[in-house]
Amino acid sequence: MNQIYNDPIGHWIIVTIAITALLFTVLTATAYTVWFERVALGRIQRRPGPNRVGPFGLLQLAADGVKLAFKESFVPAATDKTLFVIAPTIAVAAAFLAWAVIPIGLWYNVQYWIADINIGVLLVFAFSSLNVYAIVIGGYASNNKYSLLGGLRSAAQLISYEMSLGLALVPTFMIVGSLRLRDIVEYTVHWGWYNGPIPLILLTPIGFVIYLISAVAETNRAPFDLPEAEQELIGGFLTEYSGLKFVMYYLAEYVNMITVSALAALLFFGGWYLWFVPPVLAFFIKVVLFLFLYIWLRGTFPRLRYDMLMRLGWKVLLPLAIANVIVTGIILVTTLG
Amino acid sequence: MTDEQDSKPEHPTPMRRPGERLPAKPEGGKTPGVMADVAALAGGLKTTLSEFFRPPVTLEYPEDKSPRSERYRGRHYLRRYDNGLERCIGCELCAAACPVGCILVIAAENTDEKRVSPGERYAKTYEINMLRCIFCGYCEDACPVQAIVLGPEYELSDTSREKFIYTKEKLLEPLPPDVEARLASKPASAPHPNPLPEGERGKTLS
Repeated sequence: MNQIYNDPIGHWIIVTIAITALLFTVLTATAYTVWFERVALGRIQRRPGPNRVGPFGLLQLAADGVKLAFKESFVPAATDKTLFVIAPTIAVAAAFLAWAVIPIGLWYNVQYWIADINIGVLLVFAFSSLNVYAIVIGGYASNNKYSLLGGLRSAAQLISYEMSLGLALVPTFMIVGSLRLRDIVEYTVHWGWYNGPIPLILLTPIGFVIYLISAVAETNRAPFDLPEAEQELIGGFLTEYSGLKFVMYYLAEYVNMITVSALAALLFFGGWYLWFVPPVLAFFIKVVLFLFLYIWLRGTFPRLRYDMLMRLGWKVLLPLAIANVIVTGIILVTTLG
Repeated sequence: MTDEQDSKPEHPTPMRRPGERLPAKPEGGKTPGVMADVAALAGGLKTTLSEFFRPPVTLEYPEDKSPRSERYRGRHYLRRYDNGLERCIGCELCAAACPVGCILVIAAENTDEKRVSPGERYAKTYEINMLRCIFCGYCEDACPVQAIVLGPEYELSDTSREKFIYTKEKLLEPLPPDVEARLASKPASAPHPNPLPEGERGKTLS
């Protein structure tokens, strides 16, 4: 296996197969995340949710996809057509690229990844920041005041929460000493008789809370879905998008949602380690629980007002994240010498 | 009256003049702390989670339908007598009573060779424009022989405007048996039982 991997052609063959498999997995997961969200939201509102197409409505997304794919590819008049088309492509590309560095534990000591690089988490954040461009360019190119407002809101929101999101994870990196996601999951402690991996939330609980809140804002999900804001901005940057271009934004949103859920599982809950549960199942359970949390939040909380959003980001989360970094640093220095 | 004018309104108007300051917060009022806020958020999450585990309250419409009232006014039917004769005598009272004018009746004379209804005349043409009908039921009230009734069906959507002109053939379709049985229990000659006691009748109704 190693021999093939080191051979340049064999390497590329393996990577291509890996990318195809991952693309298929993430796309399928996205489809069922949408289904899961619609059913869960329905149950929260005491209705059954989609249950017509296929058993339990499981084929609903196929039907929706076909419907959207056959819609007219509409571009509004007097817009920058190139930017209008490029914007959703950026969104979907950025969303999928983040999965290049996310490792998935398939079995004991068998993990799956496309690129195992030593700046893994940084790269995920780099790609998730690209989402700002997708939204701002889409909002600008739509030549519509609601779209533009949505795009501007998104730019301010994503920049504000990016910082606390990044800083929330710094204590984790300080403790583990690596940005490689696999190293963070494999981080082991030697506490008395216990010798093995632990969920890092035990060491960085505040970081986890900040990450959780910032991640909701970063993925533009309710209650931080101000760029979309159906009631105030019609659909924000999505207003003028229809058909396959709309699908791309939609897809990107749900891929990002799965990405931050997977990251939360990897960074704070020990990834594929869960007592005696097989690794791939453990990882799956953790991601699904986080996805449910996001849906649950969406079903519960009303949207924040814009100034509240900014106040929470700059006056609460950012100072808290910085204090968390400093306190963790002090503790690490004093305990480790 | 003066008391009401002097007392301050419970909610002061939010409009402020330029330069006017915000009203001072009431004394002794404690601003809720962070823990109270978090508890409120947790309370909200608890509510939605408990709803999540309760059964849905919706009906799955095409399979389950909500019950209609016995007197529900849906699509129209023209009734027949037990011997097969049509009830409608072509008097056009229904058309006159209709507020939107959606009923068209063209009457023709009954002859001994061709007897359609027991009266002198019968409805040669009887059409209802269901796109105009407002389902008020005035036609049913106006009919002296209880020929036209509004049945329980309410799923009347169709694919062309022409299909919404209900012709006599369509209206003469037999009523659902339970509705027919309910109507048959009321004698046709006395459509409305007089609500007034015996001695009072002539005074108000004449």
